[in-house]
Amino acid sequence: MPVIEIAGKPVNVNEEGFLTSYDEWNEEIARELAKQIEIEMTDEHWKIIKFLRDDFKTQGETATSRRVQTVGGVPVKEQFVLFPKKPAKKMAYIAGLPKPKGCV
Amino acid sequence: MRKKLIVLGGGTAGTMVVNKLHKKLDSQEWSITIVDKDNKHLYQPGLLLLPFGVYEAGELVKERDHFFPKGIEYIQAEIDKVDADSNTVYLVNGKTLVYDQLVIATGTTPHPDQTMGMDDAEIWRKSVFDFYTLPGAVALKDALNRFEGGRLVVHISEMPIKCPVAPLEFAFLADAYFTQRKMREKVEIVYVTPLEGAFTKPVCSKQLGYMLVERDIKLEPDFVIEHIDSQTKTMVSMDEREIPFDLLVTVPVNMGADFIGRSGLGNDLNYIPVNKENFLSTKYPNIFALGDASDIPASKAGSVAHFAIDMFTENFVEHLAGRPMTHNFDGHANCFIESGDGKGLLIDFNYTVEPLMGMFPLPIVGPFPLLKESRLNHMGKLAFRWIYWNLLLKGRWIPIPALMSMAGKKQATQKEGVDSHASN
Repeated sequence: MPVIEIAGKPVNVNEEGFLTSYDEWNEEIARELAKQIEIEMTDEHWKIIKFLRDDFKTQGETATSRRVQTVGGVPVKEQFVLFPKKPAKKMAYIAGLPKPKGCV
Repeated sequence: MRKKLIVLGGGTAGTMVVNKLHKKLDSQEWSITIVDKDNKHLYQPGLLLLPFGVYEAGELVKERDHFFPKGIEYIQAEIDKVDADSNTVYLVNGKTLVYDQLVIATGTTPHPDQTMGMDDAEIWRKSVFDFYTLPGAVALKDALNRFEGGRLVVHISEMPIKCPVAPLEFAFLADAYFTQRKMREKVEIVYVTPLEGAFTKPVCSKQLGYMLVERDIKLEPDFVIEHIDSQTKTMVSMDEREIPFDLLVTVPVNMGADFIGRSGLGNDLNYIPVNKENFLSTKYPNIFALGDASDIPASKAGSVAHFAIDMFTENFVEHLAGRPMTHNFDGHANCFIESGDGKGLLIDFNYTVEPLMGMFPLPIVGPFPLLKESRLNHMGKLAFRWIYWNLLLKGRWIPIPALMSMAGKKQATQKEGVDSHASN
């Protein structure tokens, strides 16, 4: 797995550029990752990213869009407005967490 | 007084559990009771093939109690709720059961009512079909038979679902089915998924991406359904994309049993949070959840239940003796995938290792090739029905280890990964 530099810090990423180590993430890196996918972070964005980070700590898994709605309090429709087209993947990318996957 | 083990659900997982534990536990010390609402055991892998005329409904159902060992108690009743604080199961018929240990294996069920418009009487099982239920699969067989052409949409509402690869297999089989009926050019097949693609793991994307293109199956990714307009027969997404259909084969939102929600034991989809290595409830030291009923991040599939229960049986004995559970489950799954035209693929993977290329179960000689279409893999899928009824449910030995092995697998290299990006 490659190591790249984001916001002046070397981090481990997978072949799609997702961070692979929970503890290497920080807010500056998140801002940089968001910029790469053309998202300007607002308070609403941060609310979701912080929820995902905290939830992962207790659950060991990236929260689904449903969980961001029911537990995190942000409706799925709103997630599509904040992170257009691919909210689940984009939220995970910025939060430095694994993307949602199927079995193949 | 004997101690009481109660198993809720007599499907694939529940039946395997009572067969395994009946042999392991001292019958002087433990009594085993299994509860299910009916006495019909459905061979669920057959539901994918039934609509294409491979099986008749009667071939997929047998009596549950035929597969339970002698010497255990079977109660046919609906479950109202579990009060975990008083170790009590309440049945709808008013009776109560008190347990020392509880195993919940009540699976997952499609809920078309969770998507607005999906179960409207005008369209439900008329132009919108599920296939993970016997009535759904039977109705769909008839609809496919009558289909004269138009847009066939194969759709997943939301993950997780039972047998996650089945909708993709359905699309492949539909392509082969209409080709055989010499009307493929009259049918547009569209595969609609809430995920980023039909394949989401690097080696699968790379190796199997051609399968949709070759079959002229169109892909609509990242589609999170908001509602279905039953008047215009159109699916509408959260970001207001519209997909009209003539025939919709959907996998509705899957949820664990309702009583789990009523009992306060489940998450937002009524799956029971457990330790993913030993299936013990994260809340109660005498409740386990096995098979599709738990929240483990593995495929909801019979093969996962089978491997999991091999490990669980050993762990449960340790748990009863007050020792730490040492047989950690790795999330092993092993599935034949139908690709149509008498061929199939085989995948073998776990929590951390994605499906890889190679041979299974033995290196070089296989005989089953991994992640590659072959006739032998299709034969394997058909032969599995016999194995299921005669060996698997009864807890008899099957020559596949419970934990995944790397033997015969080709390690993924960096190059095999796909070049995609979150913004794509």
